[in-house]
Amino acid sequence: MAESMPSRAPRRTDKTPPAPAIQVAEKPVNVLVVGVGGQGVIMVSKVLATLCQRQGYQVKQSEVHGMAKRGGSVFSHVRFGETVYSPTIPLGEADVLVALEWAEGLRWLSYLKPETGIFIADTQQIVPPFACRNRQHGAGSGYARETVADVIAQVANCYAINAGQIAQELGNSKAGNTMLLGMMSTTLDFPADDWREAIRMFAPPKAIDINMQAFERGRDWVETHDPADLDPNQGGDQPAPIVEVMHEAEFELPVINRAWCKRCDICVKFCPERCLSLDEEQIAVLHAPEKCTLCRICERLCPDFAIDLKYKH
Amino acid sequence: MTSQTSSPALDSNAGDRAPRDEVNRPEILPLMGNEAIARGAWEAGVRVAAAYPGTPSTEIMESLARFPAEDVKAEWATNEKVALDVAIGASFSGARALTSMKHVGLNVAADALMSQTYIGVNGGLVLVVCDDPGIHSSQNEQDTRIYGQLAMVPVLEPSDAQEALDFTRLAFDLSERFDTPVIVRGTTRLSHTRSLVQIGERTEKPSLGFNENPQKNVMIPGHARLRHSALFKREEQLRQYFEESDLIRWEQGSQPIGIVTLSTAYTYVKELLPQAHVLKLGASYPLPENKLREFCDSVERVIVVEELEPIVENEMKLMGLNVEGKSLFPREGEFSTDVIRAGFEKAGILPASRSRPELFVQAMPRPPLLCAGCPHTGAYMALRALDARVSGDIGCYTLAAVEPLKAIDTTVAMGSSIANATGMALTGTETRPIVATIGDSTFLHAGIPPLINAVYNQVNITVVLLDNHITAMTGGQDHPGTGRNLRGEAVHKVDYEDLIRSLGITWIKKIDAYNMGNVYQYLREATLHKGVAVVIMDRPCVLDPVKIKGSSFRVNQEACTGCQTCMNLGCPSLSWTDELFEGHRKVKIDESSCIGCSLCAQVSSTNCILPVEAFETNG
Repeated sequence: MAESMPSRAPRRTDKTPPAPAIQVAEKPVNVLVVGVGGQGVIMVSKVLATLCQRQGYQVKQSEVHGMAKRGGSVFSHVRFGETVYSPTIPLGEADVLVALEWAEGLRWLSYLKPETGIFIADTQQIVPPFACRNRQHGAGSGYARETVADVIAQVANCYAINAGQIAQELGNSKAGNTMLLGMMSTTLDFPADDWREAIRMFAPPKAIDINMQAFERGRDWVETHDPADLDPNQGGDQPAPIVEVMHEAEFELPVINRAWCKRCDICVKFCPERCLSLDEEQIAVLHAPEKCTLCRICERLCPDFAIDLKYKH
Repeated sequence: MTSQTSSPALDSNAGDRAPRDEVNRPEILPLMGNEAIARGAWEAGVRVAAAYPGTPSTEIMESLARFPAEDVKAEWATNEKVALDVAIGASFSGARALTSMKHVGLNVAADALMSQTYIGVNGGLVLVVCDDPGIHSSQNEQDTRIYGQLAMVPVLEPSDAQEALDFTRLAFDLSERFDTPVIVRGTTRLSHTRSLVQIGERTEKPSLGFNENPQKNVMIPGHARLRHSALFKREEQLRQYFEESDLIRWEQGSQPIGIVTLSTAYTYVKELLPQAHVLKLGASYPLPENKLREFCDSVERVIVVEELEPIVENEMKLMGLNVEGKSLFPREGEFSTDVIRAGFEKAGILPASRSRPELFVQAMPRPPLLCAGCPHTGAYMALRALDARVSGDIGCYTLAAVEPLKAIDTTVAMGSSIANATGMALTGTETRPIVATIGDSTFLHAGIPPLINAVYNQVNITVVLLDNHITAMTGGQDHPGTGRNLRGEAVHKVDYEDLIRSLGITWIKKIDAYNMGNVYQYLREATLHKGVAVVIMDRPCVLDPVKIKGSSFRVNQEACTGCQTCMNLGCPSLSWTDELFEGHRKVKIDESSCIGCSLCAQVSSTNCILPVEAFETNG
């Protein structure tokens, strides 16, 4: 836990003043909450919207339903102020971007105000199967490669931490969202007690204690954390870059011994790339050699040892 | 009557109703557009409401069902035409009635609407139709306003949740006053934006009773000719009404530019040009010609800002007015402040926005997926292995059309799969086995007539009924095959096997969708059968009505060869470890999301995936 809680970071110095709390002026304040379906994006934005409404502001909260439960990208726009017209936030106009998942935060980064925007992110990674599609020999995952350091270099204010993991240490990984709310609470000019009350309204009764702890952890972390001091190569508060290992394939394409093939079809059915088929004589052939990833499943499963992948050396 | 002034809380966060006395007085609530529409209908005294679920309209009927059953009979219908016909019947009997649907739902219901517009109404009749600009969750982005012109019925255009409530309430009055069905048109952005709404109380509208008037109620040619003439009078009366109505709002500005706009596009215009003259159209059909002329005469330049089709723009051009519109704004996609800003910049009204610093970040695609343990997965895995020509239908399972399952060749509209397969079979040129796949709710919606047709015309096709016991795509709604109605009451449950057998189909197999061996074997047998064969895949949805979570599976890392066979399922619980075997990534299972369906273990070629218990007992 000490690894992921950078209490080692010194208190802010005068050189790096904290981002001043956003004041509601003539224009509405824009908060974009993003994440993956099932993470609680809508719940986080509801807490915020309820809080803003209780402060007497007009609030619009907008999202798109339908794909939310199916592991897709989810977002919710919250806008509040004296008068709010548009339900959605224009590009480059978000005052705060709250990301419940690292790659989702990166996706919406262009919505942040370039000069003053505040990026609050959970660095936990949810790797979609889509990122695990490159079957070539030694290929790496397609998950986002940007580290916290990369992002700090590009946004005005960045608070990134593995909130999910810290919440798990507190007893419930889902309270990571509340830790992010705690971090956000330092950036908006509302009394802390009002935040606590809004969270109490939405947290499940059994989990109120953990959520309150997570909220305080988030607040404390921003108070004590100095973004300029973050060493991106140490600590657990940035996503581990995924190592890409590319080395030369050790095998040659499968060779099928036509005399030994007994037309059982097993290799055709099990080939993950579907590059084998039966020819007119019902004998197995490699019809799409360019798709073959040399996984050797056909070789291992052939009951008649009719398929062979030769070592290159 | 107590129910006349009752107004139960419509806060979707609060599952249980607040005591009546407390919520009796008018107050301000945060409501989603769809909840506001339901509230408006309830306040207007609606007594009968019916719908088939469809994003983004689904929550309207769900919200209506939270009001007391003695106030409004709210129900799921088998499809949109049935729902509209139910509402029409209620209107005939003198009650206020509502039906709600997504834009493509109106295609299904259009047949009834085109006659009903001739008949008019007895009790007020309102159709809420929600368009989906940007195609967030649909098969097209058609503009419902064209139906308004075609049917010559007024189309109201709320721009936020408050107007959604007010306009829906007003729609019932207009319907009765002008003897016409009324369309309230929403968009995804209206339906799913939550904002503060001043609510009111219910005005009870007792039934007017059946109006005995065959000349008006029975559309035979002799009657229809007379009623057609009446439509033109009605259109003119509505036009006169809109000339004076508050629905058409002229907001004075200080710039010599005039913007004509409507629906959610209005909010983007106000955001960008607070100083312009704005004519906000609360109704897009029929248009108030005099008001539009007056507006155009008062400013130097007029721009029409409307999402999707240039309907107002073209109408104004027909009036001989000099307006701009689609030369500046796209005819496709969802509007946003950014899109409208680009149009105003093109028009020279706004200065070109400064370029933003470029970000060095690459967004990773994260397309939606079939859930971990989705019972549809196995069927498509098998269909792909069988190299079938698959005509798909509308539902979650359209997600099987993309990598890695990639097992659906066509998707058209609700219920199309079976007839599409019939057509493919009739050409006689298809060498692969022809299979139609259709979900249970879609089958009851529009799948039965094409199935009768396939038997009637003696084609060789296989129909896979993906029965997950729910309408899943829209968030888990009941239907006649679940044995529960919208209010959760037990009702008769459709027996698919009996139903299908009665159509003359002899080859029917009901199988467990999690048994890969059976799925593969019976699909193969079905495709070899001469005639129509039906395979019913039987397994409940893992999300609704109850979230299913069984003991999970785990990959034995010693045995995993990184063959990727399990990854072909596209299961979101499966991802890669950092370890390689002969250059291929080994696979791991996220045990918090794995529900234990065992499909990956069944397809695994090296038997390396086992229940977690197997690891624990072995130490």
